[in-house]
Amino acid sequence: MSEAQDDQFVVFDSVQKSYDGRNLVVKNLNLDIAKGEFLTMLGPSGSGKTTCLMMLAGFETATHGEIKLGGQAINNIPPYKRGIGMVFQNYALFPHMTVGENLAFPLEVRKIGKADREQKVKRALSMVQMDDFMHRRPAQLSGGQQQRIALARALVFEPELVLMDEPLGALDKQLREHMQYEIKHLHEQLGITVVYVTHDQSEALTMSDRVAVFDDGIIQQLATPEELYERPTNSFVAQFIGENNRLMGTVSTIDGDQAVVKLDNGAETSALAVNCGAAGERTLLSIRPERVQLAHEAKQNVTQAKVLELIYLGDHIRCRMDVHGDTNFIAKIPNAPESHRVAVGETIDVGWPADDCRALDVRSA
Amino acid sequence: MQNESTPEIPLAADGRPLEQSLQRALRAQKIRAFLLVVPLLVFVLITFLAPIADMLYRAVDNRIVSETLPRTVEALSDWEESENEPPEEDVFIALYYDLFFAAENKIHTRLGSRLNYQETGMSSLFRRTGRRVDRFDTDELTDAFIDFDPRWEDPTHWITLSEHPEFANQLPETAGVWDDWTQLLIAEEDELSEEEPEDLIYFALYRDLNNIGQPVALMDNWSETVSAAQSFEPVSLREQFADADEDWLLPSVWGTIKRFSPTITDGYLLNAVDMQKTADGIEAQPESRQIYGLLFGRTLFMSLVITISSILLAYPISYFLTSLPMRKANLLLILVLLPFWTSLLVRTSAWKVLLQQQGVINDLLVWVGLVDDANRLVMMNNQTGTIIAMTHILLPFMILPMYSVMRTIPPSYVRAAKSLGATNWTAFWRVYFPQSVPGIGAGSILVFIMAIGYYITPAIVGGTEGIFISNRIAYHISSSLNWGLASALGGILLLAVVILYWLYDKFVGIDNLKLG
Amino acid sequence: MTLSKTLAAGVMTLATVGSALATDLTIVSWGGAYSESQQKAYHDPYMEMNPDINIINDESSAEAVAKLRAMNEAGNVTWDLVDVVASDALRLCDEGLAMEVDHDDVLAPAPDGTDASDDFGDLIVSDCFIPQIVYSTTVGYRSDAVGDNPPTDICAIFDTETYPGKRSLEKRPINNMEWALLCDGVPKDEVYDVLETNAGQERALAKLDTIKDDVIWWSAGADTPQLLADGEVIMGSTYNGRLFSLIVEQNQPVEMLWDAQVFDLDGWIIPAGLPDERVEEVLDYLYFATDTQRLADQAKYISYGPARESSAPLVGKHAELGIEMAPHMPTDPNNSKNTFLYNYEFWADYRDDIDAKFQAWLVR
Repeated sequence: MSEAQDDQFVVFDSVQKSYDGRNLVVKNLNLDIAKGEFLTMLGPSGSGKTTCLMMLAGFETATHGEIKLGGQAINNIPPYKRGIGMVFQNYALFPHMTVGENLAFPLEVRKIGKADREQKVKRALSMVQMDDFMHRRPAQLSGGQQQRIALARALVFEPELVLMDEPLGALDKQLREHMQYEIKHLHEQLGITVVYVTHDQSEALTMSDRVAVFDDGIIQQLATPEELYERPTNSFVAQFIGENNRLMGTVSTIDGDQAVVKLDNGAETSALAVNCGAAGERTLLSIRPERVQLAHEAKQNVTQAKVLELIYLGDHIRCRMDVHGDTNFIAKIPNAPESHRVAVGETIDVGWPADDCRALDVRSA
Repeated sequence: MQNESTPEIPLAADGRPLEQSLQRALRAQKIRAFLLVVPLLVFVLITFLAPIADMLYRAVDNRIVSETLPRTVEALSDWEESENEPPEEDVFIALYYDLFFAAENKIHTRLGSRLNYQETGMSSLFRRTGRRVDRFDTDELTDAFIDFDPRWEDPTHWITLSEHPEFANQLPETAGVWDDWTQLLIAEEDELSEEEPEDLIYFALYRDLNNIGQPVALMDNWSETVSAAQSFEPVSLREQFADADEDWLLPSVWGTIKRFSPTITDGYLLNAVDMQKTADGIEAQPESRQIYGLLFGRTLFMSLVITISSILLAYPISYFLTSLPMRKANLLLILVLLPFWTSLLVRTSAWKVLLQQQGVINDLLVWVGLVDDANRLVMMNNQTGTIIAMTHILLPFMILPMYSVMRTIPPSYVRAAKSLGATNWTAFWRVYFPQSVPGIGAGSILVFIMAIGYYITPAIVGGTEGIFISNRIAYHISSSLNWGLASALGGILLLAVVILYWLYDKFVGIDNLKLG
Repeated sequence: MTLSKTLAAGVMTLATVGSALATDLTIVSWGGAYSESQQKAYHDPYMEMNPDINIINDESSAEAVAKLRAMNEAGNVTWDLVDVVASDALRLCDEGLAMEVDHDDVLAPAPDGTDASDDFGDLIVSDCFIPQIVYSTTVGYRSDAVGDNPPTDICAIFDTETYPGKRSLEKRPINNMEWALLCDGVPKDEVYDVLETNAGQERALAKLDTIKDDVIWWSAGADTPQLLADGEVIMGSTYNGRLFSLIVEQNQPVEMLWDAQVFDLDGWIIPAGLPDERVEEVLDYLYFATDTQRLADQAKYISYGPARESSAPLVGKHAELGIEMAPHMPTDPNNSKNTFLYNYEFWADYRDDIDAKFQAWLVR
């Protein structure tokens, strides 16, 4: 297989999808997924991410455009011939079959011999550390155990591509985090391609090689987790991924990638011009709370802020303050000996480096 | 490790065993819960279980014979039908007493009807004899007593006699008949002292006086009375009965009475399985009367066919309904339920209009040219008619549980199967179908049990081949009045249902039954 | 005024209203045209004469025997007078469910003074039975299907060669067994002697077997007229009144066969166990409804013969169609040239046995 094809293992080419003939749920999607990649489709519900997954799996047909798998168009190939493993949100383990039978099912329909089948089932079970549960019924398993079985079942017939539709949504937080690592390790270990759908941004950041942030049927940004967090290219992504402080203003001047923005209360601040218009246009400034500098640390864009509330969160302290008229401005103060201590009601200096203040588009919504 | 000593009992704060305290705390709750259930429990007992128990009892209840003919039943205990002779005089005498009072109470014909179920002719035998029994020639003895002493005509004379402390000892038969006679007058609100005693009382007195050992003077002039009575001309009741109806000399008549004299009988149940009690014991009915085995078999077979055709029709419909959005599905469900707003009779009659030879379907087929006018299809008055009409009528009972079970099967199962490589058919057959089985089971049990109890529809469109056992039950309830046989047939039907239920539980599991 | 006084006054008012209200008389009959004829001939004039009586019609005669037994067992008889066929009356009498009456005592004499028992004559087949009408079970046929060779005797039922096609017969042995024997060559007066024996019963069934595939068996009186009207059958047995309305009132191409038609009776019984005052009311009605004129009046509305001999000359014209009713009566001399008398005693005895055999034969 050529290098080019490896980069384009899965291809969405100008794909559109409409259910009712009036509204597009997916608008002109173009996406290449490389072989062995762990790609996450992230977005709020109704953003079109699950529809994309279902089109890839074959349960929905694209209204327009082409989907390719391994260089071959699969629009007209029925799901059972696509050879794609899939893990469903509610696991979809067949309740009338034992764990063993569930796992053997994909092998059986592929007419794999009995001995071979048993061996593969055992291997898959041990892969998810569920060796002893062969003869149990799904109803006798806990949520986490069912999740592992569902995973094993999607992998047992050794598909090259595995789709996961919010597979951890029903688990509690601790188990979910644990499973995230396991899935990630399995992915690394087996070298399979994974397309993962979730609305949980921390899950997406933890697991993925690349994340496609969906909204309104469009990929808002496709990037590595770090890129996505550090350098969101529009205000939706900035807001959807992680926390950020938002200040509205108007662009005064632009110089290269540096901009000077006049805030609504009249003050001026310098920012990184990422996705703002020309001078005179409205812009939204996004500043991550952990990049806000306090008191003597504040060097650039320094202003006075009144501390309104302090929330103790163990590893850090959330400090809500009034900055440039925004009373919801948050700063995170690390719980470290050298950190600056503030008190409610106190007025202190705050500031931020221009590179950490990103001037973005203003969404009409 | 074995530990023989009793484990330490956990104690509550007040020192009582914890378990005891817990039970005390829960008791009030349980009583309250029970009280809430009581009205329903009473309702179910009265309206559901009691009638079933009553029906089961009727299938074996046979008190009527020994209650109507108590003396005869006792006297018959020494007689054997195998001797092939009518019984002795004393049995006829007992029957005379019994039948007299039965006729007075107008219950002899009821007994006749009951025995007629077992032996043809008993009905008119009892009716005819009942009309004659108070006009037997025993009046000769009445006259003889009155001739001897005119005071015997006076009821008060009899009352004086009956009040003597030795009356019952000395004249046991008379005392017994006198008792029944006074009972009868009380029931009719007649005055004892004004009613002339009937012939059978004189007859009883005559019998007693002829059998007396050491006479004790019960009245004045007693020893003369005794010796006079012993010289009266005897009357043979055997001849009297033979005169009323010579069938009384047939041993088979007496055999029937004797065989069906116990208060509990297996006669109805035997009849219900094409057997009968004869002089030679239990044997099969003659072939020309065997019907119930065939009908039970046919009922079960047809119900099975109806159940299967309901499954075949209801499954795709339910599947289609589940594939629709909730709102449309509910609308269509109302259409499924719509027939319930029409009476069963109307729906069945509508099928008649459709299916008959000059009916809509045949007309259509002839018009289209598929069927020759001379060879119109026979679609009713046979099993086909019953199956078609009943499948239609019972279909909703199959669709509803099926639909409600299918509705709960998440579409992701089939998707999962397909993503795992199963074709549409495999995904359906291996994954979807097994999960819809509880719905099929529930629907089948409902439809089957309802089908085997149906009788209106088979009666209208079933002709002779398409009728069910229930049609015979209805006949015996409303027409022949043989409620005992009807109950026996019903009891067997109930047993069949219970066995089927048990089989279902054993092979499918009743916890697998889902009505929604 | 205290509450109890108010209540007492209220109860008193109710009581006076109650006594002014009509007394209900529940009369059970067959429904349809038959009940209507009774309504017009009996109920309406009686209620006019007795404004305080309100007659309630109950159409349960078909299940009367079973219902009366159930009511009797429950100890709550809600019916006052029941219209039943004679054989049912016999059975109800046997079961002690119907009251015995002295016919001369409770019924009006004929206008010429003849005692009721003589006027009704042999039709009083049971001590509990008060005859009302004479009807016949006879055969109707499609006149358009028999060409110019219409059947003239009852054995046409068994003649599938001359009259091919389905025929409808009642789904019970009574009448069918008799006809079968008659058409198998048994003289009329020996039919019941033959039918008493096993061989005779088998002979009758064997005769019926020759047409078994051509028979549609009916169980409701309306079936045969409907089957004839639809052209489903070429001929069928039913009650003569039903055929009359099919032919005369509905103008269907159907004719009636007056041969070996089975004479049967329908009349009243009073349920056993009614309280005396109710019996009194019922008897008052009965005295009126069974007198000579009333029985003749009923024949204006339906073609069943009055049970009193003295009523026959009074039978007039059909109330709506204006045709003479006498020629349509089963009692008319032209129609009763060859009638068959139903033997009540025989069927009371043999019904259970022969029915079992008949039904077994049917389902085989």
